[in-house]
Amino acid sequence: MSATPHTAGAPGGAPAPASARQRLAIPEWVRGIRPGVALAGLVVAFFVVAMIVPSLLTGHDPYAVNLEETLQSPSWAHIMGTDQSGRDLYARIVYGARESLLIGLGATALGMGLAIVFGTLAGLGNKWVDGAINRGVEVMFAFPILLLALLFVAVFGPSVTTEIVAVGLGTAPGYARMVRGQVLSVRDSGYVEAARALGHPYGSIVRRHIFPNAMRPLVVVMTLGVGQSIVWASGIAFLGLGVPPPSPEWGALLNAGRNYITQAWWLEVMPGVAIVLFSLSLTTLGRHLQQRLEGGVRR
Amino acid sequence: MATYAEPTGGNTAIGVKPRRAPWLKRIAWRVLAAIFVLWAAATFVFFVQQLLPGNQATLILNQQTGNQQTYTPQQLAPTEAKYGLDQPVMTQYWDYIKGLAHGDLGTSYTQYKPVTTIIGEQVGPTLVLTITALALAWIIALATIIFTSRRRKVVSGLGSGWEIFSAGLPYYWLGVILLVVFSIELKIFPVQGGTSIEGLVLPALTLAIPLGGFIGQVTRDEFEKVLDQPFVTSARARGMGDLAVRFKHVLRHSVLPAITLSGWALGALISGAVIVETVFARPGIGQMIVGAAEHRDVPLVSGVVMLVAFIYVISNILVDIAYAIVDPRLRG
Repeated sequence: MSATPHTAGAPGGAPAPASARQRLAIPEWVRGIRPGVALAGLVVAFFVVAMIVPSLLTGHDPYAVNLEETLQSPSWAHIMGTDQSGRDLYARIVYGARESLLIGLGATALGMGLAIVFGTLAGLGNKWVDGAINRGVEVMFAFPILLLALLFVAVFGPSVTTEIVAVGLGTAPGYARMVRGQVLSVRDSGYVEAARALGHPYGSIVRRHIFPNAMRPLVVVMTLGVGQSIVWASGIAFLGLGVPPPSPEWGALLNAGRNYITQAWWLEVMPGVAIVLFSLSLTTLGRHLQQRLEGGVRR
Repeated sequence: MATYAEPTGGNTAIGVKPRRAPWLKRIAWRVLAAIFVLWAAATFVFFVQQLLPGNQATLILNQQTGNQQTYTPQQLAPTEAKYGLDQPVMTQYWDYIKGLAHGDLGTSYTQYKPVTTIIGEQVGPTLVLTITALALAWIIALATIIFTSRRRKVVSGLGSGWEIFSAGLPYYWLGVILLVVFSIELKIFPVQGGTSIEGLVLPALTLAIPLGGFIGQVTRDEFEKVLDQPFVTSARARGMGDLAVRFKHVLRHSVLPAITLSGWALGALISGAVIVETVFARPGIGQMIVGAAEHRDVPLVSGVVMLVAFIYVISNILVDIAYAIVDPRLRG
């Protein structure tokens, strides 16, 4: 805002509109959000609503078979088209959000839970405990997630539980390594040393200082992880080894659409759009949070 | 060298940190550690198999006959004897480890052939696919970096944006998109390519694009760091062109983190091959193992899993050696 000759002459004239603008302006933490991050937030919010109350987002019934409208391409009546039984694909994706998100959350929670237990033990334990856990982590790294999942499917049979356990176990070693690193860096930090010098008992140092401070950055990792877990889990379901067909879970939709790919591309493309949009948005949000947290530490 | 001491994915402290120990001793340690990892992996796989719910011989018989029924102990006995299921668990375990040490991965429940024979029959197309994809991924990653890092803001932003986007693309979806666009709509490539050359393009691209994005992400940070190094300035001062500096000097110094992740990349490629072969109906290990998991052919699946673990461990050792070749400071 360039000052006009009239206001420039008046003392205190210029600051007045500035402060008025400040009162009207959105708080600084909102202004710091880039449009991409805002969009990502909207996408995640959309799918969270879809997970909790899907009926808010669509009027169609995801299970209603309509044999007069099979394999319709996207139109105003069915914005993402219909499947081989005439079910509205958009409604199915919206209703599938619950199962997909829950699988992703479950797998991440399992992986993270294991990682916290083993990573903390490794970070705080003596060199034998640390060494043993590190070797264990290294061994688990030798199994790609998808192959681990196939082994579990072969042994336990395909099911949602198998899917969650496989993805959770497969992602755990990476998280465990991260947790260990966090615990180590917090353990050797100045404030922990100070607490020790003050004579606080070891247990309370771990409980009050090391654990909470080591866990805080993991919130971001979990945000990123849920997106990744959903991608892996839908990959398993895509192969036909996850959630069985009538379910609108995203991977199951992909698997069901495979046979119609030459006639109805939308059956494969649209559920994929949902998966990619959601995981990409979570990644964007996670990175944003990460920058925020790191920036906060530096300040 | 702190930057290289803690790679995010590859292997841990052993061998990565520069050491004073003689070169041979280090390799010997790496091999011992590798054998340990393989043994532990085999143990894990064996005990996962032991968790199989229900009676194993019943499952095998039902798979072979396609029935869902129960059998009398007399009916089960020959199968149990054939697969050694009548032995105590520790004997079975010992036999399994001994077999692995001799390169025996067991016998398939559904195809009645040794797992190694089945893998041998199927491995060719998968190898062609993964190696092509790996080469393509490096080409994509290096091209993106050399031409977009530290350029005008729009260009470098596009480059790194593309890397983040492509690295997050799931194989199944990317494959489907390529298939729909290039095979079904434009009809440039066959829908079911089999093992032909034209049939290789789309599957290899599907595998290469996300991997290239990932390699690019890892390499870009390092590349930009190296661009600020004094020796780059001095090369420029000697009148070397920008592209030549990037190719000859900067690249060599910035590929290390990505090389460290080769072991990881291998896992990603094999997982990817499983999906890509299914999308494009391409024969190979991937399709075979999906079928095996579906029919609950435990020895076949675990055989492939063990083979992949073996390749992973070997490639990590090779990465260690490659490290020393690219960066003489690590030769110790």
